Amino acid sequence: MGRIIDWARNRSPWILHLNCGSCNGCDIETIDALMPRYDIERFGIQQKDTPRHADILVATGPVTEQMAPRLKRVYEQMPEPKLVIAAGSCASTGGVFYDCYNCREGIDDVIPVDMYIPGCPTSPEALIDGIVKLLAESGKEAQAERLAEKKPEIVEEGTPIDEAVPKEPDADRTETDDAPQEGADEPEPVEV
Amino acid sequence: MSEKASGTEIPVGPQHPSLKEPANFTLTVDGEVITGAQMKLSYNHRGIEQAVLSKSYIEAIYLLERICGICSHAHTSAFTQGVEELLDLEVPPRARYIRTLIGELERIHSHMLWLGVAGHEIGFDTLWQYAWRDREIVMDLLEEITGNRVHYSINTIGGVREDLTDEHCETILEGMDDLAERIDFYQETVPNEETVRMRCEDVGVVPEDLAREYCAVGAVGRASGVPTDVRKDAPYAAYDDVDFDVITDDRGDLLARTVVRIGEIAQAIRIIRQVAKRIPEGDLKASAKPPQALLAQVPEDDVVSRYEAPRGELIHYVRADGTDTPARVHIRVPTLANWPTVVESLKGSYIADTPIVVAGIDPCISCTSRIGVETDGNHGGENAFDLDELREYGIEWYDDRSDVERPSLDGDERTVSGGTRGDRA
Repeated sequence: MGRIIDWARNRSPWILHLNCGSCNGCDIETIDALMPRYDIERFGIQQKDTPRHADILVATGPVTEQMAPRLKRVYEQMPEPKLVIAAGSCASTGGVFYDCYNCREGIDDVIPVDMYIPGCPTSPEALIDGIVKLLAESGKEAQAERLAEKKPEIVEEGTPIDEAVPKEPDADRTETDDAPQEGADEPEPVEV
Repeated sequence: MSEKASGTEIPVGPQHPSLKEPANFTLTVDGEVITGAQMKLSYNHRGIEQAVLSKSYIEAIYLLERICGICSHAHTSAFTQGVEELLDLEVPPRARYIRTLIGELERIHSHMLWLGVAGHEIGFDTLWQYAWRDREIVMDLLEEITGNRVHYSINTIGGVREDLTDEHCETILEGMDDLAERIDFYQETVPNEETVRMRCEDVGVVPEDLAREYCAVGAVGRASGVPTDVRKDAPYAAYDDVDFDVITDDRGDLLARTVVRIGEIAQAIRIIRQVAKRIPEGDLKASAKPPQALLAQVPEDDVVSRYEAPRGELIHYVRADGTDTPARVHIRVPTLANWPTVVESLKGSYIADTPIVVAGIDPCISCTSRIGVETDGNHGGENAFDLDELREYGIEWYDDRSDVERPSLDGDERTVSGGTRGDRA
């Protein structure tokens, strides 16, 4: 059942775009990714108008003091599980607006961020790549979390949770919930 | 703007489906009809005018570029033109032609973007997708010439940074042929399309006397019959060498603005074709000296520079104090000049028309977020300052925060602080 949910979640994430004091550069490039040239709708990704419908928050800009409480409120209004993408250099670190009296230093000053996409502005290609990678990673994380719920001893033994997830699922494995646990009993060493 | 009106108040924004940037409108409504509107526009205030004082003139170009991602070339051009006037530099013709070319490509990109957003606001998403698809032609050209899709960074003090090759000129002319075909299609279709007519005709009307009274600029002014265009009135770059028409209309409604903007795209294509064919050979920069040597010569003076941005007349005021950092930079953006007309045209229109009436001036909120000072005291409110009150507020603000260095007008001190900042990086 869990795997079906993961599959469904990874197939059509809906994004909410929020401008937190950006110069518009990242915003037009984010919207551009939805347009016929780049067309991220082919991945099932849609732009949504309200935080209540969104899975991914694409936030741009260095976060001005006026937008910081609004950003937090929008983040809290989103249903779980939610992901946050900081699109652009300003959103990641503050960028050129470092040391401006009315700016925070990026999105992660206010809310937790799952993916940083650099670039001033970030190109639509980078954004698409970022979203796809984020989804792949979040799918793995969700799998690991379910695993930890079922087998708490893995976490207690101190094995990092992402190492406990089997790296390459076998193609001929039966579609049951038992499959990931088999691999989890003997976690493969991960080269770092 | 803040007069009392009875009725229900409806807040719109800062996060709202129809707003791509944060802004807040409080609409007072009587039934479905808007009777009054108040707006808060400072959600994007970042403090650029303060930050630019700690940067040298060269660094300031790249900071000012990031005021707005849609008209980034307009801001850098206005600023560099001002500094060139201070330094008394003669920009070589080839550089002026390249600036004109990039400026016009940017105008096309901005107007196409607006056409798409306007289509989206009236619920005509097909137009949105069409316009943004055709906009990619221009984005590709910009990327090919300057290496960047949005912040072109082509201006520097005394000239431009990148040269235009003959292959570039050929690609530009080919791209313009493709685009001209599409623009003919839009000129034919959009003003005659039933959906557009129903939503735009006689909506958000700004009559000529109102446009003159509120000093509307750009396409808003021109659609109301005020033929202001800095490119004609005070030619800069290469605009006195090229032929183009100022498109005007006398209806003043949203349909007129659509027609004017599409017409301006056609004129921009005409300018770009002339520039690509006639670009003269020559240097790219006025002086071969390194930028530091140029900045050492900045005199103590001030200058006002005007530029016709895609949204209208952009004004940069630069005061120099003889050091390599500016003493004051003030920017009056075209959107700020056009907001009062929005408030007037919102009154009496329907709630459902709010998004398109607001989008009708092509608002750029990241440009607009500067502090406004009212000096005649007629429009008081709790956040209104006159000049003396503002000065007192500023002094108190710095007194309360002893760790923040107070900006000083003393020349020597500023040079020293500029030097230490260089070390930090």
